[in-house]
Amino acid sequence: MTAKNVKLNAIGLSKEAYSGAPSTLCKGCGHNAIVNQMIEACYEESIPPEKIVKFSGIGCSSKAPTYFLSRSFGFNGLHGRMPSLATGALFADSSLIGIGMSGDGDSVSIGMGQFKHVMRRNLPLVYIIANNGVYGLTKGQMSATAEEGLALKNQGQNMYMPIDIVWEALVGQASFVARGFSGDPKQLKGLFKAALHHRGTAVIDVISPCVTFNNRDDTLQSYAWGKSHEVALHELSFVPAAEDIKVEYGKGQTAKVDLHDGTHIILKKLRQDYEPKDRGAALQLLEEANRKQELVTGLIYIDPNQKTIFDIDYLPPSKLNRVPDEKLRPTRASLDDINAMMF
Amino acid sequence: MAEKKSTPEFVVNDFSITVGTVNGSGSQTANLTLMRAIFKMGIPVSGKNIFPSNIQGLPTWYTIRVNKNGYLARSETTEVVVAMNPVSFADDLDKLSPGGLFLYADHIRQEVHRNDVIVCEMPVKKLVREADAPRNLRDYIANMVYVGVLAHLLNIDVEKLQEALSFHFGGKEKPIKLNMNVVEKAIQWAAENFDQTSPYCVEPMAGTEGYIMAKGNTAGALGAIYGGLQFTAWYPITPATGLPEALIKYRPLVQKDEGTGRYKYAVVQAEDELAAVGMVVGAGWAGLRSVTATSGPGMSLMGEYVSLAYFAEIPIVIWDVQRMGPSTGLPTRTSQGDINLTYYLGQGDTRHPVFFPGSVHECFEFGWKSIDLAEQIQAPVFVLIDLDMGMNQWMTPAFKYPDTPIKRSKILWEEDLENLDWEWGRYLDKDGDGIPYRTVPGNTHPKSAYFTRGTGHDEYAKYSEDPETWAANLERLGKKFELTRTMVPEPEIHFRDGAEIGIIAFGSTTFAVDEACDYLETDGVPVDYLRLRALPINEDVKEFIRNHKRVYVVEMNRDGQMCDILALEVLDQATKLISLTYNTGLQLTATWVQNAILGKEMK
Repeated sequence: MTAKNVKLNAIGLSKEAYSGAPSTLCKGCGHNAIVNQMIEACYEESIPPEKIVKFSGIGCSSKAPTYFLSRSFGFNGLHGRMPSLATGALFADSSLIGIGMSGDGDSVSIGMGQFKHVMRRNLPLVYIIANNGVYGLTKGQMSATAEEGLALKNQGQNMYMPIDIVWEALVGQASFVARGFSGDPKQLKGLFKAALHHRGTAVIDVISPCVTFNNRDDTLQSYAWGKSHEVALHELSFVPAAEDIKVEYGKGQTAKVDLHDGTHIILKKLRQDYEPKDRGAALQLLEEANRKQELVTGLIYIDPNQKTIFDIDYLPPSKLNRVPDEKLRPTRASLDDINAMMF
Repeated sequence: MAEKKSTPEFVVNDFSITVGTVNGSGSQTANLTLMRAIFKMGIPVSGKNIFPSNIQGLPTWYTIRVNKNGYLARSETTEVVVAMNPVSFADDLDKLSPGGLFLYADHIRQEVHRNDVIVCEMPVKKLVREADAPRNLRDYIANMVYVGVLAHLLNIDVEKLQEALSFHFGGKEKPIKLNMNVVEKAIQWAAENFDQTSPYCVEPMAGTEGYIMAKGNTAGALGAIYGGLQFTAWYPITPATGLPEALIKYRPLVQKDEGTGRYKYAVVQAEDELAAVGMVVGAGWAGLRSVTATSGPGMSLMGEYVSLAYFAEIPIVIWDVQRMGPSTGLPTRTSQGDINLTYYLGQGDTRHPVFFPGSVHECFEFGWKSIDLAEQIQAPVFVLIDLDMGMNQWMTPAFKYPDTPIKRSKILWEEDLENLDWEWGRYLDKDGDGIPYRTVPGNTHPKSAYFTRGTGHDEYAKYSEDPETWAANLERLGKKFELTRTMVPEPEIHFRDGAEIGIIAFGSTTFAVDEACDYLETDGVPVDYLRLRALPINEDVKEFIRNHKRVYVVEMNRDGQMCDILALEVLDQATKLISLTYNTGLQLTATWVQNAILGKEMK
């Protein structure tokens, strides 16, 4: 029973219906912001929790799906191998919305192969990579996204070049590439909403500081550095299909992206002209931002019309895991034909 | 064609042909044509491709055994040799039995140093030229010369050759005609120029009625399809690739949705075996009947997900088409070396049911039965065959339509949950058989969802590190495994009068063992034979061991892996078990088994 003063969304659910188990992550962990904004986004978009399936790999990030949407199915799989799990599972019912929760340790070391291949197949999946530059659950080792020169307790200094997740996603042909920052929850929510409505792999690199092992003010994945160096590309708002676009924006100040399900993303220009439909421009933007030591956030690239794995693999539109047994086994006559074909 | 009668000087329907060629020279068409024609004459026949890990250039052999008794195992002797490869010419000649027939291409300018064999030098290039074959196809089509010469010498029915070629080329007239031209030219040449008589010949019989020719990989794929397959992810590896490729080939024929014309199962080529098994686990978890196929190296890579699937209780089927290991080993040679690997695959306490089909039609049968079992017990199930069974063409009884309806997990959908009078928990053993009820994504009931994890969990799938909860859960999984002893295919036992000793074997070696049992009986050493069809074993196997003085466990690996597993199961009888292992990468032969057992018994 719901108390009278509890707000309900369009399908009559309170925010409580989107919650999960209490977080066991460190206080102040960037991942908690991801958890909270995912709850907000799903609640505000009135997505039935049963329509969502959560997947994760191994690490602090991958524990996070326990902390949101306990009414959704979830599968905490193996290190770096969340994408394959999601691929198989979503074939069972392609009407479901997949959320993959991963981290830098999970996705760009052992998981690099699966990260790359899920993008090229364009599996419809919201693929969040909580990126803090360290392995938290094993107590503070360097990850592959740690910046060159990063010094960590007991680890010495990182002498290697970092992997840039957004860059990898762009050259990996992802159909939706974004970067968020746990210190900017409002933008994060907008990105999550857009990603939930995108048909294809939506990679969101979320700079999500590890307050325990990598949050010194001068390191690139810290709150302080992010706050002082973040350059948001645009103010992003999300317009549901049913609503007309009523808000008036100044001419030339906005860009509109139409998504597959009839919804729209409105991007309001901030500092510079930027349209996220040109992969080449996106790469250039990143290159410049890196040179200027800026943390570029927002929707960096989108192609709402790229074919998905379900378009390519010629499967029935029905829910495969509900096909009755008698329809699964081919007929006796067909086996006679096959025996006859066998010489 | 010369008239021949089955007088005593002829050996009729009992000999082997070995063809030595260069890999990639197109000899497969010629060899399969010969074998199929003999099969269509009603004569039991088997063919084995012994090939290198190479696409083009290295020596390769094909042996065809013609046997009126229906013995399909490899024979250690070869009575007819066709030498097409200068590199292996001398060895091929050495292999030939005394009095045998030696055919070779005249471009090989080497001396035939034996005078105890019948020699036929074939003018291959000349005949191909005369048959008007297009220049670019001449090298490939050259092999049809030996088909024609053998047809003449062995009395193979030309119409059946035509039928075999027509099948091979899917009825396409041009290549059929092209190949038949060469065959006919060669027959004519042999009739006019070769004046010796072959001591070997074939004669039509009625030994193949009700049989088809197929590969184990194809049969396994079809079995899975008739088991209601819905999802496959795979990664190329010899010798398993043929199984998923057959799934792709037959998809448009048998699994189309009537309304939409779309396919009812998905086939995804993954980026590696880590991903292939991950996809299959995801699909199995979400309620799809899921299968993958690999070989030893891929199996190793799949280990971690298999361990998770065992612990999280997810139905999947994995075919391991074994090749010779360890490591890359002999990737194109056969083996039964992955028994321990699959039976125990995973970290911690893991054990899995393993099926061992002993023939191609049993690959079909176990194809659907393995999916049923995986669904019923919500766990990984393995099917082990080997390169010999998977990649070679075998004559085998026609595939039999499944005689039981598709079996499903204990799955709860919306109305089931609505009508439940007890509180469902994903890992709650409500029925007391160790097998819980499950729900799958897409279920819209608010109580249907649960969180699946590889970490400790209680009966309601909640994270738990509680010692008692952990131990109880693992006990239940053990109980579930014990239950499978009565669910897996039972062994097949062949008794012989007066037998005091027994043999246990499984998989492709069964043909050699069956044949060896006949020979041993003649030798005065009758043996009972238990063909193991699955692990874990049931009471019949224990009883078989108890009731025999000695039991020989025959397998193709170094350490006697199956023998070890059996010894642990029957500790009090373990000293009766004698391990006989053949580990060369070639297929087991009946004479090897016969000699090995006589060697032990006659001591």
